[in-house]
Amino acid sequence: MSKEHTEKRTVYSPEGEAIEVDPLKDYFCEDLPEVHKKSSIAVVENFRNWARSRSLWVLGFGTGCGAIEMRPLMTPKFDAYRYGIQWRPTPRQADVFVISGYLSVKTLKRVIRTYEQMQGPKYVMALGSCTINGGMYWDSYNTINRLDYYLPVDVYVAGCMPRPESLLAGFDQLKKIIREGRGEGYNVYAEKFEWYKSNQKKIIKDWDMPDYNW
Amino acid sequence: MKEIINKIEKLYPISDFKQQNDKTALLTVEQDKAVDLLIYMQKFEGFKHLAILTAVDWIENNQFQLSYIINNPELKMDLILRVFIDREKAEMTSIHNLWEQAATYQRELKEMFGINFPNSPRVDKPFILEGWDGLPPYRRDFDTKKYSEDTYFPREGRTKNNPVEYMKQKLYPDE
Repeated sequence: MSKEHTEKRTVYSPEGEAIEVDPLKDYFCEDLPEVHKKSSIAVVENFRNWARSRSLWVLGFGTGCGAIEMRPLMTPKFDAYRYGIQWRPTPRQADVFVISGYLSVKTLKRVIRTYEQMQGPKYVMALGSCTINGGMYWDSYNTINRLDYYLPVDVYVAGCMPRPESLLAGFDQLKKIIREGRGEGYNVYAEKFEWYKSNQKKIIKDWDMPDYNW
Repeated sequence: MKEIINKIEKLYPISDFKQQNDKTALLTVEQDKAVDLLIYMQKFEGFKHLAILTAVDWIENNQFQLSYIINNPELKMDLILRVFIDREKAEMTSIHNLWEQAATYQRELKEMFGINFPNSPRVDKPFILEGWDGLPPYRRDFDTKKYSEDTYFPREGRTKNNPVEYMKQKLYPDE
């Protein structure tokens, strides 16, 4: 892919006025992620965690074969909506990112872009053995082996593929983690940002986006 | 099928003819006459449809095999044309003028096997892999396991079991 859309260029308005555009500065914010501070009052923090665990909004982005398991989960057969879990069409409204199965390098680029656009606090749930050690695609030239080198993972659901029941168990576990105040993936990402970026840039060879795009 | 083959045998250098069944046949044609034969089959024999264009890497013979599967919708016949090209100088005449969809196959072959098709539209643009540098991954001398281990941070402690032995031990440990 060409990097033309990130290079400086001149565009013309309908009136013929020349406008200089530097996409990386004009279209994206240059700030890097920050660690969210916890409230010093335990009751407030507990209340926040309780509220967060009660409304997990999932981004409807199926990255691999596991996306097919989310359809029965959101429809009446398993009906995850009764637990306060619902699917959202945009990263701005979502706070759980379900990485459903294998990730090719091409998809990983979109996943990183999407993850960074989500509002904190945000959690990553990794499905299947592919995200743990590569699964059956462990020796493929095109799929990553370990997700935790590129994104902070809060909870893994093992299996190939995990059925919707295991996904529900995973959501239960995620809720428990959040209630105990251990859902800190987004803070880890901010703290170890350089390390994550260096890993991402090592395998994504045509990096044509800003370092942190939100 | 036999009549068609008898006809083209006199006109083009073909060999290794093999009839698989009434409707399918395989044949090999020389590289420089392959496109002529494809034009002939399309214009005069009714093989109007290109089903697939794909390649096989015969690293032992230092050759790539290109397979053009063409189909005659009226007679419901398939003909598989095999063309062997040199592996070192992997280059073939483009057939995007005959079938437009061939340009996409040729783009894929350029990326995955490194077979060049000069003048084919968008042939140098990345097809699936973004920013791939290095040996094309479908070549047989490309070591996909080594590449994966070097690139994708493999997790330690991955073990392999023979499923037959493993399940026998697990289900019937006494036997």
